[in-house]
Amino acid sequence: MTGSLNVLGYAVATIGPAIGLALVISKAIESMARQPEAAGMVRTTMFIGVAVVEALALLAFVLAFAL
Amino acid sequence: MLNVLAAAEWGGEFEGVLDPISALFEFPPILELELFGVDLSINRTIIIAWLGTIFIGVLFTLGARKAEVIPGKFQAFLEMIIDLNRTIALEIIGPKGTKFVPLLTTLFVTIFVLNFSKIFPLFMMPPTSRAAWPLFLALTTWLVFIGVGIKEQGFAGYFGGILFPPGVPKALYIILTPIELLSNLVLRPFTLAVRLFANMVAGHILVVITLVTIHVFLPSMPVGWMVGVFGLIAAPLVFAFELFIIGLQAYIFVMLSAVYIGSSLEAHH
Repeated sequence: MTGSLNVLGYAVATIGPAIGLALVISKAIESMARQPEAAGMVRTTMFIGVAVVEALALLAFVLAFAL
Repeated sequence: MLNVLAAAEWGGEFEGVLDPISALFEFPPILELELFGVDLSINRTIIIAWLGTIFIGVLFTLGARKAEVIPGKFQAFLEMIIDLNRTIALEIIGPKGTKFVPLLTTLFVTIFVLNFSKIFPLFMMPPTSRAAWPLFLALTTWLVFIGVGIKEQGFAGYFGGILFPPGVPKALYIILTPIELLSNLVLRPFTLAVRLFANMVAGHILVVITLVTIHVFLPSMPVGWMVGVFGLIAAPLVFAFELFIIGLQAYIFVMLSAVYIGSSLEAHH
């Protein structure tokens, strides 16, 4: 069997960001449902949080090809 | 996946060496150019980027030439794009944000059009999937938010604010200052660039693999055509998904740029 270990490394590296994204987005949806008038602010903050968490998975994606 | 595709293409027995995945992104030069030892060859990616830029220029010139108080359909469409960016600027940066609407609109439209060539017939290649494009777009944002910070708070005020955030015990600066330096000045532009780049690379590979699956499996007779039919059904869904990603990445890039500019406009408290 041949192949690259990088792919497995990428698979492992997505677990953490996946859990993180799920937490961020589910909390954001919850607070939007509770307070629809604050939806704009919550969405903005959610995207900032998503961007920070997502960076890890993206780094892993790039490194899987680069290394 | 690629091994299976190649095996199907070569009649079930494939033992050669596959091209690396970067073969999907590198095109032979159409016109060889070299200036001061720097390779400036014109290839397909560059031509797509030029055509996209010309398209944006023509679109907005036509829209602005005959601007009326009561907009027609075309003008209303362009105003919708600008209004989207204006809303982002006002919501995130605040009242001072109107100054940055032109920058944000330019970034948004450029990224959207260049990404869109990923699913545009005959182009099928986003220039933003070559690292240079996202990198320079992110560098623009980087220069703007540092420049704005220095202009608004002064050199010492801005860098003092981000490197030594007030209200923290003095001993913590040993840990905090390197982290803040890294996150503010290095990671911000880097993640901006890498987010767009990685999304476009992944999207391009996804589109290519879907289309190659159809091309390879549909004519293969005994049972392989079923996979091809599956590919035919999946292709519109993949394209729709990519359209969503294209818009989302342009939006997120502009929104994070606005967040960074807004954070350097006001002093840390």
